[in-house]
Amino acid sequence: MRGRVAALALASPLALILLAFLLVPIGTIVVVSFFDYDSVRMFPAFVWTNYEELLLSPITWKTYLLTLWFAAVTWAICLAIGFIVAYFLAFHVHSALMQTVLFLICTIPFWTSNVIRMISWIPFLGRNGILNSALLSMGAIDQPLEFLLFSDFAVVLAYVHLYALFMVVPIFNSMVRIDRSLVEAARDAGASEWQVLRNVIIPLARPGIAIGSILVVAVVMGDFVTVRLMSGGQSASVGLMMVNAMSLLQYPAAAANAVVLLVVVLLMIAAMLRVVDIRKEL
Amino acid sequence: MVETKAGQSKGIARRKLLGGVAGAALGSGAVTGFPTIWAQNIRNVVLRQFGTGVSNQNAIAEKCKEDLGITLQMTALDSDAVTQRAVTQPNSYDIADIEYWICKKVFPAGVLQPMDTSKIRLFDKIVPIFTTGKLTPTSTIAQGTAPNTVGFVDGPGSTRFAAAPTQWFTMIPTIYNADTLGIRPDLVGRPIRNWKDIMDPAFRGKTSILNIPSIGIMDAAMICESGGVIRYGDKGNMTRAEIDKTIDFLIQAKRAGQFRAFWKTFDESVNLMASGEVVIQSMWSPAVTAVRSRGIPCVYQPLEEGYRAWGGGLALAKHLRGLQLDAAYEYINWYLSGWVGAYLNRQGYYSAVLETARQHMTADEWGYWMEGKPAQGEIKNPQGQVMERAGAVRDGGSFEQRMGAVACWNAVMDEDRYMVQKWNQFIAS
Repeated sequence: MRGRVAALALASPLALILLAFLLVPIGTIVVVSFFDYDSVRMFPAFVWTNYEELLLSPITWKTYLLTLWFAAVTWAICLAIGFIVAYFLAFHVHSALMQTVLFLICTIPFWTSNVIRMISWIPFLGRNGILNSALLSMGAIDQPLEFLLFSDFAVVLAYVHLYALFMVVPIFNSMVRIDRSLVEAARDAGASEWQVLRNVIIPLARPGIAIGSILVVAVVMGDFVTVRLMSGGQSASVGLMMVNAMSLLQYPAAAANAVVLLVVVLLMIAAMLRVVDIRKEL
Repeated sequence: MVETKAGQSKGIARRKLLGGVAGAALGSGAVTGFPTIWAQNIRNVVLRQFGTGVSNQNAIAEKCKEDLGITLQMTALDSDAVTQRAVTQPNSYDIADIEYWICKKVFPAGVLQPMDTSKIRLFDKIVPIFTTGKLTPTSTIAQGTAPNTVGFVDGPGSTRFAAAPTQWFTMIPTIYNADTLGIRPDLVGRPIRNWKDIMDPAFRGKTSILNIPSIGIMDAAMICESGGVIRYGDKGNMTRAEIDKTIDFLIQAKRAGQFRAFWKTFDESVNLMASGEVVIQSMWSPAVTAVRSRGIPCVYQPLEEGYRAWGGGLALAKHLRGLQLDAAYEYINWYLSGWVGAYLNRQGYYSAVLETARQHMTADEWGYWMEGKPAQGEIKNPQGQVMERAGAVRDGGSFEQRMGAVACWNAVMDEDRYMVQKWNQFIAS
């Protein structure tokens, strides 16, 4: 009995925090998503129009597909970069000190705010930007490359720049915990480098890959600033749809969209966890 | 000039304090001052004003404190946030500084109270755009949410806009202006005369319009009408069919790569222009000035079809009463009495009562900003920075030429919700 009380007492701070700052707000969003609204106010009601307008609109589907595409491309590139960097750090850098130093170097970009990191691409990639000027003066191109800025390319570039580290860290963390004797054993049994990677390292790094993927996908799915700034307002994302709705005081519409996005992201994460059982493999 | 003026107002402030007729004699001597019973304790009143950054300026609050003793607490927000706060938190402010199209949305919500025009001393001197709607007796009222259409309500408690002037005025105009396209004269390579020129294939990938639906749609309408794509019944209140056609036109242009970007904030528009990413775009007057102050040529190009105008005003919160309400009236009377008007005119905006503003400006300033005359000497902004050198002429010319050529006002349409959906479709396409 005492054990139970102690357990409850220990769990209650977290439970209360989650209740107050997670469940109550989400509950409120769900409730508001059924409200009705006019151009300035919302009215308590129970209507499905917000969901109808959202789900029956081709714009919504297009925007969701675009956002998913951004998430998928960003995820794939981040995974490739993250895996290679983590692999190098974990298996090719032998001194622990050097590992730490190099790992810290990876985090240097994170010492400035993420808006600054994003905005600094604009003068770099612009029509008269540093990159175009350099290429022009080298004679590599004779017209400035316009696709570099205010394009989907720019959006993905910024995402990868911003979030690649989210992939590096958990994968690196998984990899350093792989027992080196397993790799040795595989080599002794005649496995090639490639076979070691495929059959030993990747399976054991899966929890890291899964955690990194969840972080990257969740962040990209909810983003609106990067899309707006890097596409020059020419591209859309689900987050941006919500911001637009809110700026016009259409809170219930934004709330409905938030609920749908939440469901979509939860489904995606559930799917990832189906593939990798993080708890079992940690 | 600035110094003598400051000296003058201080003198007046002292006299006023001694005489106990707070603010009544300010600026122009011609007003019919009447002492208010609150005159003595008005000095301790705090008024909370919130609104868009353009007219919410600290210099005005400081001068107000100096002249009237009233403390103004200014909060600057963007126009969406302003609308939202005006309606949802009516007790969080005493004075709302909002645009006329926002007024059309907010006033019917019953959170503001109209002003009694008999308490506004210079009411008769307010530029008639805001009262009768006509700049001169012969001018036509422009389309869109023209200020006079939301300028009056039926009675003190009413939220219904009156068709003709009444004694109950919704907002005292603060600043207004005529907007057009900004261009880089060094990069466009040809004269720009019409709104449709922004769609010239020669400028493919080098144009921008603003992504604020209620304003962007008006620029789009000016472009469509200029290009002969659509002839609107009323640009400021489009039918669904007109909205569809306008947005389809924009989507086509976007797919053809006509636009480089869409901007939402002032600094974005400045950077797009200054960096040469765009050569012709929707722009606001101070943004043109900002580009020019970097030594980059930029012109606020007058166009044949006319301007898209906008204006803002001060409205009183519903909850104001007694001493606070009287203080608010004092503040408004002071606002119209000249110093503020001159201050705003010097930034390139227009102010509500021109006569009194003129008394606070030099002949050269007045000639440059208001009459379209070449500057005789250096033209400085209120902070004392040189804006233009001798010989410069304001783009678009005089007040009458610019405000007389307004084709439409920023607007809220009956089909607002539909328009916004379509606008989102344009951005997402």
